[in-house]
Amino acid sequence: MKVRVHVSLKPGVLDPQGRAIHHSLEGLGFTGVNDVRAGRLIELDVADGVTDADLDEMCRKLLANMVIESYRIEKVAAPELKA
Amino acid sequence: MSGFRSAVITFPGSNCDRDMFDALHKVSGTEPTRVWHGDADLPQGLDFIALPGGFSYGDYLRCGAIASRSPIMQAVIKAAGQGVPVLGVCNGFQVLTESGLLPGALLRNAGIRFVCREVSLTVENAQSLFTAGYEAGETIRIPVAHHDGNFYADGETLDRLEGEGRVAFRYAEDVNGSARNIAGILNDAGNVLGMMPHPERAIEAAHGGDHGRALFESAIKGLVAA
Repeated sequence: MKVRVHVSLKPGVLDPQGRAIHHSLEGLGFTGVNDVRAGRLIELDVADGVTDADLDEMCRKLLANMVIESYRIEKVAAPELKA
Repeated sequence: MSGFRSAVITFPGSNCDRDMFDALHKVSGTEPTRVWHGDADLPQGLDFIALPGGFSYGDYLRCGAIASRSPIMQAVIKAAGQGVPVLGVCNGFQVLTESGLLPGALLRNAGIRFVCREVSLTVENAQSLFTAGYEAGETIRIPVAHHDGNFYADGETLDRLEGEGRVAFRYAEDVNGSARNIAGILNDAGNVLGMMPHPERAIEAAHGGDHGRALFESAIKGLVAA
């Protein structure tokens, strides 16, 4: 099973990287970008026996730092990956 | 000062472990034990544990994240709980927050850039094991060298740290965007100190300054006296 874990900074936590990207977009002449937040995408390939609770624990113990980040687990359907 | 037993933990990518070793050796007169991250146990009867600076695991995932889950950290967490003094500098501070031994987190510097220079620090708490050799309110000069030293914690945590005297050092200037200019914090028991500046790089005149020496002297004296 393929799983995508989306990790992002919690609202209110300063994101210097997002700010630099925002600044660079403006420098390229793109207007109308109100804000940019940079996150992290982690793709896992896990055995069928891995439960939702296991995935949740992986996120809490390592993949996200709960002090500053939140996470979202997305299970990816097989056809989408082949495409 | 013979009999002072310290350990310096080396992770893959640590690069200040030799400096930390030399600082502890020169100030205490006894050689620290070098401990590898994959070891499960610390030497018996330690008086002091140091987590050095560097780029453990290439800063992959988050700075200090993977190192904080290495086998030796279980032993460090246990020792800290038993009251053994633990000093984490730079990447060592990041490892301490990631392991939960200290609150908060170290984010990318607000100005994005790597900051590598000597900075002024104000000693906020001069009564801890690590800082008793300083005067409260004293300004000291210590080098920093980091990309992710922007201390973050929620407002309630910051209020608690300040209220309980757990801010050990504050930047006397804006260095990296840290909340309330916090440069180093203590745990609630006072035996764990994490700080971004490098006291081990300022222990003798040849370093260009020796304001970091008192930190090691304080800890060693305090422990020998105890």
